[in-house]
Formats: sequence, structure tokens, C-alpha cells
Amino acid sequence: MNNWSWEIFLEAFPYVLEGIGITIGLTIACYLFALIFGFIWTFVRRIPVKPVRWVILWIMEFIRSTPPLVQLFFIYYAWPMVPGIGMTLSPFTSAVLGLGIHYSTYIGEVYRSGIDGVDKGQWEASRALNFSTRQKWTKIILPQAIPPTIPMLGNYLIIMFKEVPLASTIGVVGILQMANNFGAENWRYLEPLTIVAILFLVLSYPSAILINKLERKMNRRFDKKTPTGSKPISKANAPG
Amino acid sequence: MTEPIVMYKDVHKSFGDVSVLRGIDLDIKPGEKVAVIGPSGSGKTTIIRMLMTLEQPTSGSIIVDGKNLWQMEKGGQLVPANEKHLREVRGDIGMVFQHFNLFPHMTILENCMTAPVQVKKEDKATAKKHSIEMLEKVGLGDKLDNYPSQLSGGQKQRVAMARALVMRPKIMLFDEVTSALDPELVGEVLEVIRDIAKEGEMAMVLVTHEMDFALDVADRVLFLDNGVIAEQGPPSQVLEHSENERLQSFLHRFRK
Amino acid sequence: MDAIVEVFPVLVKGVEITIKVLLASIVLGYLMAFIAGFCRLSNNIILRKITGFYVEVFRGTSLIVQLFWLYYALPILFGIEIGSDFWAGVLAISLNYGAYMSEIVRSSILSVAKGQTEAATALNMSRFQRMRLVIFPQAVRMMLPEFGNYLILMLKSTSLVSLIGMTDILYYGDILRSSDLSQAPTVYLLVLVFYFIIALPLIWLTKKMESASKKGVASQ
Repeated sequence: MNNWSWEIFLEAFPYVLEGIGITIGLTIACYLFALIFGFIWTFVRRIPVKPVRWVILWIMEFIRSTPPLVQLFFIYYAWPMVPGIGMTLSPFTSAVLGLGIHYSTYIGEVYRSGIDGVDKGQWEASRALNFSTRQKWTKIILPQAIPPTIPMLGNYLIIMFKEVPLASTIGVVGILQMANNFGAENWRYLEPLTIVAILFLVLSYPSAILINKLERKMNRRFDKKTPTGSKPISKANAPG
Repeated sequence: MTEPIVMYKDVHKSFGDVSVLRGIDLDIKPGEKVAVIGPSGSGKTTIIRMLMTLEQPTSGSIIVDGKNLWQMEKGGQLVPANEKHLREVRGDIGMVFQHFNLFPHMTILENCMTAPVQVKKEDKATAKKHSIEMLEKVGLGDKLDNYPSQLSGGQKQRVAMARALVMRPKIMLFDEVTSALDPELVGEVLEVIRDIAKEGEMAMVLVTHEMDFALDVADRVLFLDNGVIAEQGPPSQVLEHSENERLQSFLHRFRK
Repeated sequence: MDAIVEVFPVLVKGVEITIKVLLASIVLGYLMAFIAGFCRLSNNIILRKITGFYVEVFRGTSLIVQLFWLYYALPILFGIEIGSDFWAGVLAISLNYGAYMSEIVRSSILSVAKGQTEAATALNMSRFQRMRLVIFPQAVRMMLPEFGNYLILMLKSTSLVSLIGMTDILYYGDILRSSDLSQAPTVYLLVLVFYFIIALPLIWLTKKMESASKKGVASQ
């Protein structure tokens, strides 16, 4: 442990901390994007044309099974080179699109599990009461489908937070990139990288506990009927 | 006078602040059939669960075949029993549960032969032979390779009995074994217990709500109320001629 | 079409490293999951606390941060080298996912119905026999579907080792891109397809594990 220097630690701390705004900002931007895009998946996969649905499911599977890092590179480096539709995007925008789209496929599954979790009788009842399609969704299905998914969605916020440092690879200057910069300038990686780890721990651990509490509360309120068919990774709070 | 095979001496049990048993004294003779009745929450099940070592008494002692179940001697002092001691003493006890608790990942035959092979170190062929005999005896000789999920409740409970019986216990405990069954399946299970009881050599403790069955099979009936044995004696006396008001109102509810 | 013919053989060179890192991470990750999962259920409070600390630290920070830390910081801190970028990559991935999966091991064991332990006790099984013959075989069935999902997660995370200079598929993709930026769309699309092709058997395996787990579990 004789290589540890508190002096450098104290010097690096404010330096690394400068990146926290970008890290958190990017987390929120990616998350909101994924939340909205997730809805699109949920609805297009309900299209009642079999070949269309089949294609959409495979696209989702493709996005989900390939590394977000490569998707990030694709959007940042390759997209501008695509003839006709391509355009140059800033690192931040690329990260929002890349991580946002990747995680939207997971979020879409969460929405779906919420909708599937609504009792079959509710659909029948709304038909029996002659609701319009719009009324059925806004008054009956969604109000029941959304609340049970809130803890899972919260989990994805934490997962997103931990995935955001990937964006340092295309030059988004969050805390990880600040630490790398500090390392490159001073030839000291130990302290700044440790600071990054501590910052992540300090921010994500309490959030995880909060989400757990929320989940337990929801379980009680909804009579322990958590949505079925949800991907267990959400429960385990795993990164992609 | 034969020595009792099980003795409870002033056994108390509480769960947290709730006192469930408040001083149980009970002797069970080898081969004796004892039925335990009483309102729910009276601690009936706890009595046999302590004997099976699934629940530890708060105070008092239980003696099995002359050996103290929950305490052992160590350096001249009585100390709480460890796992090894418990295993030595409870080897002669078997139990059948309300919810069967069959092992879902094993076939019916495996459910029966695993313990003889692994615990009693019988050789496989012998254990298999005994298990098949026992399963035939409970009427399930044709289901050996089925999994528990493929059986009805009554069949599951008969497997559970065969599984306990192949261990050749001297004491068998039955914990409301018909409570989780559909009414039309109760008969087949009681029939098997009757057959086992007739063979005579095993002591049996039956926690039950089937009064007619208790009358028929038991040598002695205990009425448990408020954590104590409120009344006990031969079935006909307890079930038909008791003066105890609580017992009468309890029985009244069942006879309706 | 020409571009694909040009790019394909270069990317193929990285497949070996990607698969090696993946397989080593899977083996070590599952091993770690079982070790840590059992330690968290142990009666020994010190063991429990230490494992709990490991699990929370690795779940609370990013994999990429852990990778950089193991690769750049650890050698400075203790004056030891992990040996190679290969082991730094494999260790980061397996320690990270091992931490997540240890929670699955723990919760699966805890969710085998209490009645199963009681029945095993009534048959006079020892603590070890109860775990080996009754609890564990059922718990494993519960772990399977989630373990399957982690196969894909681990595959995706192997792409990070290119960042510490390992010559995996993405590494060769980056080389191609930096030599000719106009090829980037072909290159990265093909890289994605490579990963997807490796993912296909894992997806299939996950489905198998899911259906296998549907049999033979008694949960509370």
C-alpha cells in the first residue's frame, strides 16, 4: 500500500469531480430517451401482422445481444459515413442515442411485462363496459400496468448510470474521462480511478437501497403480484 | 410396565412473545397410538415438530428412548445439542407432513430410496427392493418412475408415508396429513394409516381433525387447549363422555 | 460487397480472443457466483461481511471502471502485475458478473420451500446431505434462466477488453476504421453481426435453460 498518496488523492478529487455533471446529465438524457423509445417497442411489437412482428422481435434481439460499446462506435464513427442519411453527431448525442436505444429494448420488455401482468378479466371488463380503445388503455390498462413496473424502471436508472462511463470511449468527458485525463497528465492512475469507483459506489448504493424499499412497498400494495415474464436481470440490477 | 419411548417433561415453547405450549408432560409407550386434537393455534403441531427437531423447546426436556433429545453431555455438563447429537437421537423418528413435502426433482422411487441409501448406508439394491415393497403396500407400485407433480394429493401423501416407513422408524408423527386433501381423497390416506396402525409395533402420534378416525385408531386421545393438555384418556371417554366444556364446544363444532 | 470481402478476414482474427475471454469469464464468473453465494449464507459472520462487501462494491461500480482499475491501478497499489491483459479482462468480467450472480445463487437457495428442509430433516439427513441432495438440485433449476441471461451480458462485456489493448473482434474493427474512416459503416455493422452470431447459440442455450428449470421445483 506504500504507493498510495493522499496528496495526489486530494489533488485529483476536485479534478475528477468536475466530470460529475456530465455523467449525471448523460445518465438522465439516456434514461429519458430509453423510457420514450421503450414505448415505441412495446407498441410496434403488438402490430397484428405476423411477419412485421417477427422482424421487430429480431431487431430487438439483435440490439440486445450485441455490445453497447460497438453500437456507440457505430453511431459516432459510422453513422456520419452512411451515404444519404448519415450525419455527424456530437459525442454526447451519440451516447444518448447509442445507450438510449440499447436500453430501450430492455425498458420495452419492462412495459410489456407490466401490461401482461394486468389481469385478463380487466380487458374483458373494459370490453363489456364498451370502452373505446383509447379509453381502455388510458383508463383501465395503463394505470394498472405502470405502477408495478416502477421499481424495475428505477433499477434501470441505476444500470444506466453505471453504463454511462462507456461514453468516455468516444470522448464524453464524464468522471471516468476526467480520471483518465488526470492519469495521462500526471502518470498517476491509481488515485483518480479509485475516486471514480468511490463516486459510483456512493451514488448508486443508496439509490439501490431506495429502489429495494420501493419494490417492497409496491409488492405489498399490489398483493405481491409482480409482473410476470419480466427479464430477471432487472431484479438483479445487472448492467448490459 | 414398559418404559415410555418418548417422554415430555414440562415442555414450554414460545414464538417471540407468544407462548404456545405452557408445560407439556406426556409419556408415549412403544407401539402406542396417540391422537392429538384441539382448536387451531393450540400448539398441537408444535408438540410433534419439537420431537422431530424442527422446533426447539424454550424450556423442559424431551427424552427419546432414554436419550435427552435437545441436550447433550459435554465435560460433565448439559449443553444444547449439536447437529450430530440430534441426528443420533432422531434416527428412530419419522414424520408425514400436511403438505406432503415430497422432493419434486426426484421420482417416486427416488423419493423413497434416497434416505435409506444416503443416511442409513443401505446398499442400493436392498433399498430399492424395500422401497418398491413399501410403495406397493400403499398402492402405488405402478407409479415408481413418476414425478410427484404427476400425482394426486392423496397419492402424494401415500408416497410421503412410504418414504417415512422405509426408514423403519419406531415413532411416526402425522401432522394433519389429510387437511390439505380434497374431501374425496381423504379416505384412501386414512385407509393406509389404519393398515399401518394395525401392524402395531410402531408408536404413532397423529395430529388430526378426523374425530371418527381418532376414535377408531387411537389408544389415547389428547385434547390440547391453550397450550396445555386439557383432557386425555381412551378415545371413547374423551370424545363421547367428557365433562370438559371447552372440549364439548370444540367437538360440537366438528360434529355439525 | 468488396468492402465486406476486405473487412471480413481481418475481423475473423479477433474471434479467437473474444471467445477465449468469454469462456474463461463464464467459467470463473459462475465459480465466483457459487463461492460468494454460499459464503453469504454461511454461519460465519466475518465471511458473510467480507463477501457482502465484495458483492456491493462490484455491483455498485461500473464494469469499465473495474477493468481500468484492475489494469492500471491495482499494479501500482500493490506493486504486482496481474500477469496479462487477458487476466485483467477476465477477472474484471468474472468478478463483476460473479457478484451479480451470487445474489441469484443466494436467493435461489433461500427460496426453496422450507418444507423441503423439514422433510429432509425428518429423514435424518445431515446438513450437508440436505443441501446436496434436496436443496441444491432444486435451487440450481431456479438459477438456470437467470444464469442464461448472464451469458449474453458477459458476451457483450467482452468487447471492453479491446480498450486495454486485447486483440478481440472490436479491436480489429477499430484498426480498420482508423485506417479508412469511410469503411466505418461496413466495419461496425459486421462487428455487430459477428457478436450476434456468437450470441445465437447462447440465446438458444438460455431458452433451453429456461425450459429445463420449469421442472421439479418446490418453491414457497
